Parts: sequence; structure tokens; C-alpha cells
Amino acid sequence: MTEYSVLMTNICKSFGGISVLKNVDFGLKKGEIHALVGGNGAGKSTLMKIMTGVYSCDSGEIRINGEVKTIHNTEDSKNCGIRMIFQELSLIPTMTVEENIFLNHEIKKGKKDFRLNKAEMKRRVEELLKDLEIDVDIHKKIQDLDVGVCQLVEIAKALSVDAEILIMDEPTASLTDEETKLLFKIMKRLQDKGVSIVYISHRMKEILEISDSVSILRNGQIVKTEQTSRLDLETIIRYMMGENAVNEFVYMQRKVPVSSETMLSVENLTWKGNENKISFELKKGEVLGLVGLMGSGRTETLETLFGLRKQYGAKIVLDGEELQVKNPSYAISKGITLIPEDRRRLGIILMHSLMENIALPNLKVLTRGIKLNRKKCRETAEGCIKQFNIVADGTGIPVKNLSGGNQQKVVIAKWFETNPKIILMDEPTAGVDIGAKGEIVKIIRKFSEQNGSVIFVSSELSEVMAVCDRVLIYKKGKIIDEMRHEDIESEEVLQNAIQR
Amino acid sequence: MRFKGKMKKDITQYMVYIIFLMATVIFAVWLGGMFFSVTNILNICRQTAMISVMAVGMTFVLATGGIDLTISGVVPVVGLIAAMVLNATDSILLALGAALFLGGVVGVLNGLLITFFTIPPFLVTLGMQGILTGIAMWISNTKSIPIYNETFNNIFGYGSVFGIPVLLFWTLAFMIFGYFLLNNTAFGRKVLAVGGNYDAAEYSGIKVKQILIKTYVLSGMLAATAGLLYCGRSKSAKYTYGEGVEMDVIAAVVLGGTAMSGGTGNIFGAIVGALLMGMINNGLIMGGLSVSQQKIVRGIIIIIAVAIGNFNSRKKKV
Repeated sequence: MTEYSVLMTNICKSFGGISVLKNVDFGLKKGEIHALVGGNGAGKSTLMKIMTGVYSCDSGEIRINGEVKTIHNTEDSKNCGIRMIFQELSLIPTMTVEENIFLNHEIKKGKKDFRLNKAEMKRRVEELLKDLEIDVDIHKKIQDLDVGVCQLVEIAKALSVDAEILIMDEPTASLTDEETKLLFKIMKRLQDKGVSIVYISHRMKEILEISDSVSILRNGQIVKTEQTSRLDLETIIRYMMGENAVNEFVYMQRKVPVSSETMLSVENLTWKGNENKISFELKKGEVLGLVGLMGSGRTETLETLFGLRKQYGAKIVLDGEELQVKNPSYAISKGITLIPEDRRRLGIILMHSLMENIALPNLKVLTRGIKLNRKKCRETAEGCIKQFNIVADGTGIPVKNLSGGNQQKVVIAKWFETNPKIILMDEPTAGVDIGAKGEIVKIIRKFSEQNGSVIFVSSELSEVMAVCDRVLIYKKGKIIDEMRHEDIESEEVLQNAIQR
Repeated sequence: MRFKGKMKKDITQYMVYIIFLMATVIFAVWLGGMFFSVTNILNICRQTAMISVMAVGMTFVLATGGIDLTISGVVPVVGLIAAMVLNATDSILLALGAALFLGGVVGVLNGLLITFFTIPPFLVTLGMQGILTGIAMWISNTKSIPIYNETFNNIFGYGSVFGIPVLLFWTLAFMIFGYFLLNNTAFGRKVLAVGGNYDAAEYSGIKVKQILIKTYVLSGMLAATAGLLYCGRSKSAKYTYGEGVEMDVIAAVVLGGTAMSGGTGNIFGAIVGALLMGMINNGLIMGGLSVSQQKIVRGIIIIIAVAIGNFNSRKKKV
């Protein structure tokens, strides 16, 4: 009877009359890793937020270990032993690693004592992190750490209390392969201890590797629940996509070949803390991939080109003109734009509307004299919605209400509107569903065929293969190899090159 | 794997001590023994005690990302009511109770308006401040009320123990209280979490609204205590007490290294900030500057201090 840790039956939920979940049945068995997949807006996050008490369901029943429970708030779900690792980090940037891990369940000096037992907390945090093999200075503030590390801290935070049921929403989105391996090891160990895990991810290979069973959501309904061993990549994608199934990413052939003219030439580029220098050329209409492990200098290259980092005597020539990139505004004026990795914080203004976000870098064109041309703003935004296939309820909707994939399309759209010469993309597909990924890849290809150049940084090698004409392999702040797309037969080849 | 964070030197937190030392040296050279006498130093402490006490509460409020402008309204209302209670009943306990109750009520109202009606703290407390100063003028008929209870006057400001003014003890007591509460209790951590990232704090299961309300109650009660200190020190209550003091308090807290954007808090720094402001006032008066000149110099010092403190943390380029 109590084979299931969590059994959700007939769950319905709607927002403002639009039903997001329709009679969903979801069962999580004891000690299993259950993957939950589906496109953006399929209802994965909503379902999990109901389990964790962030939302309450309109109708339906939740049983925890066979007992009917009402979960109205996060406190209720915590009492049921449910912990969630959020996609949007739930860490406090101004607090240290240690303070974050014990936030809201601080250890006190005695049962009725209100004094914090700092020594004990420090010991426990150190023990926990050591146990998880996460090596990080616990006195560092979160805002001073890299995204990947924060994700691991987030996981440690969830594990700092004994959880029976653990929900992970895209935990590997910002992790390197090494970190991902570490995470899987942790998950396996938890599983051995009898913890049940719901694992939400867009990365099918990881799901096939780690999970015991898979539930696939589409349009607010579970379309398939099956043991992982009976599934393969194509089947999952077919269920997810429904009719419009797409295949794995392969190199997308160009209609227009790469021009022989040079768009950008970079010589002796470096940044603070890097002893090596980087030089490369980018042709007009070329998509150049930068691949490597986390911290190999890919992001730093983009940030230096964009003027976010101090230049140390690099020679940058754009379209025949030598540039002294001092700041982003100069870079943008010359036609270099950056689509940053941390979309929610740096890419868009979440509380502003879709229209306002798209208008922001294009204000020069959208004003008449000193007055903002609202009509033109709206038309531009509408044009973008159509061109980039953004799923949004009008141009006035705040972007925070859009799904990750659509938010990213807004970021891309706003920069495309500025008619840039070069687009620098840093992990443009992180946290984006597979459908939107395909679309982003297509957008990039189209841009490159119109003689625009792209520098593409991604940890998702299949996408690098799909869109890059040439790939530079980074290691420890320098370029160690270069590959043309014809040389890259499979992901393994690329993977081997990186791991070298 | 070893993770290295981006290096960022947070000079903001130590700025106040550096400037404090600098100011001390400058005044010492300029004014010599007159400035450095025990009497004068105790005098500075006495003058800044009220600001220090309120700075403790304000540190908590700013740490949540809020602001509390009501304190300059709480001070006169509480003072006048306490004076009336004292003159009517001669009971210090009753006066103290009434004062803390009033301060607490103002805090609860602030908190409720901010959390349940989602009005920005600046506007809520600005409005409340107006109401309170109006009440103060109204109940006192703009007249000052003398306090005849000498025990009260001695405890709350006028007296001294072994030659050390009681106001210094009050400052110390509240500094230790505030420091402990912010750094050594779960409440303190929750306050910082709410200010650091409101949504994340809520996701972590913190009752964010409750924390906000408690913070404003704390600030209100500390302002009420400061109100009593004003009364004890001058053996009377008047509607003008505390006029404009909220800006001095905020300046002291921010000088002390607490960011107005929330998420950080430094109690010790806030007290040093308050002392710094008091010292500058005192030094400039002794140096013979007019009130207008004092104001200008003080303004310049505040801007320079905060600017230097922010310089490094603002600079993003590496």
C-alpha cells in the first residue's frame, strides 16, 4: 500500500482561467529516481510547486507514504520530508555559504536557547560539504561565487536536513560535466539511503543515465510513465513533442557559405589572472564555437570583447577598424552584442514588459525627437513575437511571466533588432526546453546566412555541433585546438578534445 | 575540485573606522587638548546616545531593504505621553510600559501597512511620521512639559554612575543587544535573508512578512526608548525633540557599512557612525564654525565617506 512515497491523483490547476494541469496522476516510488520531462510550459514546475506547497491545487489528492495530506504552504511540505532544489536559486546572495545552508533551520545552543551555535553549524557545514566532495570556502558570500558552485551549495542546503523526498529542478543546467558526475554520485548515494528523487531536466542523456523511471508531461497532462530501461532518446522526444518530433541535432547545412572576408580579428587577448594570450579570427557569416570546461576562459573571452573586463593590450579589429573596447556601450555602438549566461539577472528586466525589454537597446530608433514612439515600439515587439515565435500573451506582459525559453527569445530578439555585426552568446540554451533550443539554433543559422557572425559558447556539445562552422577548444585560458565542423563526427570527438 | 570566487574586497565595512580615525586625528591636531579632554569625549557620547540607540533599530530595518522614517515622530509622542504619565502617576514603570507599547504599536502599524497593503516602506513611514509629529504638537499644544520625577531623569539620561553618564551605558547596552540579535540569533539571519533576496527567503520557508513586522516593531521600540532618553536628559518633553533625527540615524547606519539595498547589517559600524557624526558636530562647533557651515561640512563628509566606501564594491571591471 505504501509503495509510493508520493502519490498525486487527479491534480488540476489553472491560472486565470487557463488550465495548466489537467487530471495529472503522478506517483513517486520509494527510493527511486523519477525523471519528469516535458517542454517549457508543459507543467513540470507547476506540478512540483504543488507538491512543495508553493501553489495549492484546485482539485486532486496528495498522499505521502499512503496518507492523505493537505499541503498548503512550504512548511507543510517540509513537515512531510519534501525538499526542493529550485531552478531559480533560493540562496541569499549577500550571505555566506554557511549562513545559507542553515537558513531557517539554524542550530541553537540548546533547546530553549535562542543563541546560535556557530561552531556546530560550521562543523556540520564542513562535514556536509566534505561528504559531498564540494570544496568551497564556506565563509564566501554567494554573490562572489560562480553559478555552478552556487548550484552545488543549493543542493547541499537541501541535504542539510534529512529529506525523504527530494525534487531537483534542472540541477545540472549550470554544472560542468565533472560537477554533474559529482551530483549523480550524490544522488545514487541518497537513493541507497532510501530517498526518493524527482529529477527534472531537459538533458535526455542524463535522464537515461541516472533515472529509474520517466514521466512525460505535455500540455498539462502526463502522456507516458515508463521505466527508463524501456525508453530511448527518440521515444522520449516523440512523446514530449507529440506530432512534431524532431531528431537529434546534427550540423545544420548552410544555404550560404561562410564569407572569406574577415569580420573580427583578435590578437593577444587576455584578462586579469590569465597568463596566456588568445588570438583568433572570425569570418563574416561564421558561427564560431568556443568549447571547454568551466573556467577555461570562454566566458571571459566574451566579456573582454564586450568591454566588461579590462583590456590588457589586445588588438581587436572589427571589419577593418581597430577598436579600443572600453565599455559595453562602446561595443554595442560598434555592432558587438552579448547575450549573457545569467539571463534572469543580466539579460532582461524581469518586471518590465516584453515590449519595454525589446525597446531598451533600440530606443534611438524608437523615439521621435525626445518622445518615445509607442506605436512603433509595439509594432517592433509584435514583429519580434512573430519572427522569433515567442509564446506570449501580448506585448505588455511582464517577461517574468514567460517561460525560460521564451524569455531567452526575448533577449535574442532585442539584440537582433539592433542589427549587430557580431553576436556573442554565452550558454544561450541553458534552462531552455528542447523545442526552443531547436528554434534558437535555427535563428543563429539564419543570422549567419545573412552575413552576421556569432561566437557561440555552450556546454551542450550537440548544439555546438549543430550550429558551429568552426570550433575552438579552450583549456586553462588558452586555445589548444581548432576543429572544423567536418572534423567533428560525433559528440565523443568533441568531448575527447575538451577533456584532453 | 576547488572553487574560487571572484575576488572582491569589501572596503565598505571598514570605511567608517578609517574615517573615524582620520576625523579624530584632524580634530586633535586642529583643536588640541580642548577636543581630547575626558569631559568633551563624554559629552560627545552623551550627545550621540539617542542616535546610537535608534541606529541599532535602523540597521535592522535597512538590512531588510526597508527604511523607517517614523522614528522622528515616535520620539516626541512617546516623550510627551511618558511625561504626562509620570506627572500623573509618578510611576516610572508605567511610563516605560506606555512608551514601549506606543513604539511597538507604531511598528506593528508600519509593518502591517508595508506587508499586507504592499505600500513601499518609505511612503508608509513618511506618512506615519507626519501623523505622529502632528499628534505630538496637538497633545502638547506645542508647549513643553517638565518632568519632576528625578529618579526617572537620572536613569534616563541625566545621571551618571562613577562619573560616567548613564547615556553611555544605554548606548553600550543596546549595541551589545543589537549585535547579538543580528549576528547570533536565527532572527538576525532571517532579517538579512529577507533583505538579501526576498523571494529566496520565502522559498526557504521564512515567514517573511512576520520578520518585516518584527523589524519595524523593534525599530519603533528603540525609537521609544530614545524618546525617553531625550526626556530624561533635558528633564522635559517637547514636540520638537527628535526633529529631523531620522536622517542622522540613517546616515550613521549607512556610514557604518550597512547597505540601503538590504542584505547586510553592521551594528558596531552603525554606533561608530553615530559617534563619528557626533564628533564632527562637536568638533565643528568647537572650531567656531557657524550652524550653516557645520551643515555644509557635514554633508560633504557624509557623501565622501559613502563614496569612498562604495568605490571598490561598485567597480565591476576586473
